[in-house]
Amino acid sequence: MKPAARKGAEQWNLRLYVAGQTPKCITAFANLKKLCEERLHGKYSIEVIDLLKKPQLASGDQILAIPTLVRRLPSPMKKIIGDLSDTERVLVGLDLVPKR
Amino acid sequence: MVCGAAGSGKTLLATEFLVRGATELGERGVFMTFEESVEDLTADVASLGFDLAALIAQKKIIIDHVRINRHEIEETGEYDLEGLFIRLDHAIKSVRAKRVVLDTIEALFAGFSNPGILRIELARLFRWLKDKGVTAVITGERGEGTLTRHGLEEYVSDAVVVLDNRVDDQVSTRRLRIVKYRGSSHGTNEYPFLIGRSGLSVLPITSLGLQHEAPLDRVSTGLEALDAMLGGKGFYRGSSILLSGPAGTGKSSLAAHFVDAACRRGERCVYFLFEESPSQYMRNMRSIGIHLEAWMKDGSLHFRAARPALLGLEQHLVAMHREIEEVRPTVVVVDPINDLMSTGTASAVKATLLRLVDYLKTSHITALFSSLTSGDAHEQTTDTGISSLMDTWILLRAVEEKGQRHRGLYVLKSRGMPHSNELCPYSITDRGVQLIRRAPRTLKRRTR
Repeated sequence: MKPAARKGAEQWNLRLYVAGQTPKCITAFANLKKLCEERLHGKYSIEVIDLLKKPQLASGDQILAIPTLVRRLPSPMKKIIGDLSDTERVLVGLDLVPKR
Repeated sequence: MVCGAAGSGKTLLATEFLVRGATELGERGVFMTFEESVEDLTADVASLGFDLAALIAQKKIIIDHVRINRHEIEETGEYDLEGLFIRLDHAIKSVRAKRVVLDTIEALFAGFSNPGILRIELARLFRWLKDKGVTAVITGERGEGTLTRHGLEEYVSDAVVVLDNRVDDQVSTRRLRIVKYRGSSHGTNEYPFLIGRSGLSVLPITSLGLQHEAPLDRVSTGLEALDAMLGGKGFYRGSSILLSGPAGTGKSSLAAHFVDAACRRGERCVYFLFEESPSQYMRNMRSIGIHLEAWMKDGSLHFRAARPALLGLEQHLVAMHREIEEVRPTVVVVDPINDLMSTGTASAVKATLLRLVDYLKTSHITALFSSLTSGDAHEQTTDTGISSLMDTWILLRAVEEKGQRHRGLYVLKSRGMPHSNELCPYSITDRGVQLIRRAPRTLKRRTR
């Protein structure tokens, strides 16, 4: 990975909280993967946390809704809930496009 | 479901539910707070003697603070609240909890924009809690026209309790009402409650029946001559005695004799003073030769002095109730009850006294109530109002005769015992109240 020389070159650290292999969670992951490949190719990492397996992690990021996408880096932290099917809003939520 | 406006004591009730469960019943609990942080909550209830930090350290209670910040959440498409379920489930499992508190789950409505999803998820949550076999206390803010702001009571099927804090006549009284409790015949009235040093205290408005046992043993009035007038043995234990008379007839002095005698027998007394301070009262009694200080020092005599206007009638009752619960006396004196009466309407006063008398009787506590009457009236209306609650009614009178004020005492009624009908003159001396009893025969000849 190149050092952050120009704007937008910083590393994106994303976390997707799911609870098992539910349709909503599978859709969310597929949507996220697609979006990241299109917009953040090569400078992102996605960590999928299955709360059914690691329930103790839910309180750390204050997770209530499933699925929840957490943008850990770049800061500030952002949370996007839902299956990420509304691409426009996901982009807004991730600060990839300015809020209109 | 516990609902009420801000400051009505919801969180407190919920906390006490968990703390009592953990400390007294061996049931561990999970507190999921949506508003206060763990530190705030711990500090708030510390004043009531609840040590949450210790209970958390002992793994008896687990507190999970759920923070919801709408600004950092973007909603995109479908979601559910499985995360909340998982958190709760994890917390319940980690301490093997039997009790759960959700305070205030309605905060979720501020955090998520889709109320439809929330309603479905909350209904699912309440069913899930039930299936888990945990007892859950869910608090909710009181709404307009509905019990809770978001109508949560529709989903909670088992019990709904409403808390209220109303101000009447500048005195605020907390009240509690059970709106719904499935599968039980619950009281439907509003019950006043107090938040005090040891949490919530509730008093039922009326006991359901007159079922207290009547003890047969007797207790001395502290005056041999007065005992003699009451069938020779004094009051029944657990009975209620009204001592009424105008100013300066020695009501408090007679009460002091009674208390002194009880302490001599090794019993414990609680003396509710509404007009004097304990030290003033003891000084006055010392002047007539009754020394109560020693009894106070060795713990057999407890004073509780308060200005009646300080609290509402209900709060007085709850406070008295609690004092009695703490001290567990066999003798209680309320001196005088007039001041209590000025704090409420006649019917409220009677209902309050009725409850107090009922409670004292079921606890087999002998209670002496003094009542100040105006000098000339033979019986005052307030007295007649409450006299039906009393088992024994002793009337003190002052008669002016030949430029002197004579005091006289007679037993107007005393249930369940033969009692004297004579007006017995007495004087208050430096050795206490002295009854001047004439021999019954002489009396008969004199009266005609």
